[in-house]
Amino acid sequence: MSRKVLVLGEVRDVSLRNVSFEAVAAAATVAEGGEVVGVLVGESVSALGLELVKYGADRVVVVEDAKLAQYTADGYAQALLAVIDQEKPEGIVFGHTALGKDLSPKIAARLSSGLISDATAVEVAGGNVVFTRPIYSGKAFEKKIVTDGFIFATIRPNNIPPLEKDESRSGEVTALSVEIKELRAIIQDVVRKAAEGVDLSEAKVVISGGRGVKSAEGFKPLKELADVLGGAVGASRGACDAEYCDYSLQIGQTGKVVTPDLYIACGISGAIQHLAGMSNSKVIVAINKDPEANIFKVADYGIVGDLFEVVPMLTEEFKKLKVHQ
Amino acid sequence: MNIYVLMKRTFDTEEKISISAGKINEDGAEFIINPYDEYAIEEAIQVRDANGGEVTVISVGNEEAEKQLRTALAMGADKAVLINIEDDVENGDQFTTAKILAEYLKDKEADLILGGNVAIDGGSGQVGPRVAELLDIPYVTTITKLEIDGSDCIVTRDVEGDSEIIKTSLPLLVTAQQGLNEPRYPSLPGIMKAKKKPLDELELDDLDLDEDDVEAKTKTIEIYLPPKKEAGKVLSGELAEQVKELVNLLHTEAKVI
Repeated sequence: MSRKVLVLGEVRDVSLRNVSFEAVAAAATVAEGGEVVGVLVGESVSALGLELVKYGADRVVVVEDAKLAQYTADGYAQALLAVIDQEKPEGIVFGHTALGKDLSPKIAARLSSGLISDATAVEVAGGNVVFTRPIYSGKAFEKKIVTDGFIFATIRPNNIPPLEKDESRSGEVTALSVEIKELRAIIQDVVRKAAEGVDLSEAKVVISGGRGVKSAEGFKPLKELADVLGGAVGASRGACDAEYCDYSLQIGQTGKVVTPDLYIACGISGAIQHLAGMSNSKVIVAINKDPEANIFKVADYGIVGDLFEVVPMLTEEFKKLKVHQ
Repeated sequence: MNIYVLMKRTFDTEEKISISAGKINEDGAEFIINPYDEYAIEEAIQVRDANGGEVTVISVGNEEAEKQLRTALAMGADKAVLINIEDDVENGDQFTTAKILAEYLKDKEADLILGGNVAIDGGSGQVGPRVAELLDIPYVTTITKLEIDGSDCIVTRDVEGDSEIIKTSLPLLVTAQQGLNEPRYPSLPGIMKAKKKPLDELELDDLDLDEDDVEAKTKTIEIYLPPKKEAGKVLSGELAEQVKELVNLLHTEAKVI
């Protein structure tokens, strides 16, 4: 059964986030040959419409308004609901990002619909669109379907591969004018604390430090390694509690869940709560002085040794490799 | 101030997960207050202590949740309400829970509703915002600070590591992120007092709801454990050689670099 599926493109720092291209791919699966309609919401975002098309959207609807310059649940919901009213979709896909998590339940409640959050895979099987999602912090998985109403899901970044970009694709980018009414919560200020550069939840490489890093200063070699690999720095709760780094870096049951291609755990013992945040990474490397550390049980590769010796050596080796590439 | 907290009983974070008959095996497992809901309870108590009023903790579940509700009362909440759906709802989802909570709350004139930003078992993070939408009040998710002055609120929200400072007003629903506060442990006198605090039990009938009104919109068709990871390769030899080998393995075997 083919469906019309809306997919929300999420804009950050004037470009589309990767997860939006992944969401287009998910929407194409849900559409089963039907139409994939991109939606862009913001103050001035229409120039990005074609980018969504190149990644697989058939056309794009844009809602622009000065009141939509910053995300607010009220503003975005008004824009989205207007698009939904116009397009009457049979499916909706968002990224499971801060924005997607905040907005999707509001839309689902308004439309009395189901919502499958944080999906890591989507397939059509046995006549159903089946989503896979982690439960119990990744200690188990469930397969879930929508039984009533349209199919609405958010997808976890870094799990569903985007379609290949096709520069030759073309599609309509049309504007929908929506009068944005009352916003009941207004952003007064944004304090940027997250490390500049690569976003932790979308990073392909994460270099993470635990108590073994010993100090705020101790994160420096990790940052250098992350820079060489184009990755982001994360931390265990232990390192955050010890004030070696900001809680914004915390990976685990409380904190962020990451699924990068490569996760390098440095001086992290591997408490079950930490594993919940990273055990689904594609390849895990553990560096720890203690050969009995739990982290080695989930690691694909391990080096027993002092991270302050190993990490700088790794940085040098990767630099050499990058030069050869 | 009229304060409500939405609380879920969940598996202890230390519990190993196993499956029997297609379901998560709960036999002998330890249960706790969802850790994010603990922040919500603590914040509710602090807001009440600063502004006066009453904290009511609500849970949708079965009678087993009484234990966690008593713990919330022992922490300092004033009242607890269990909406027991065991006999009426077999397989609810977030639509179900939110609808029931909103139905309960709709005539309560809540000034402030708090919940955790996500439950560590189901992990959907939907119920809080859904309830706010059904009650037609604003919400702010993943908050790390809440300042209330009359009916004006300044809320700090964690957005993937950045902080948004948000101006809004009561009535309001917020969901707690780690860092909001340090939840207290119930004191012995608190535990004694909790035994005498009211814990009401309601069913769907009491809310004028039918099973059909709250029927889930989604269905779980399979639950499974992730494939067991084979033990990894712990390298050996000279450290410098190990590092070289690791880089080589990541490049040629794992192909992630």
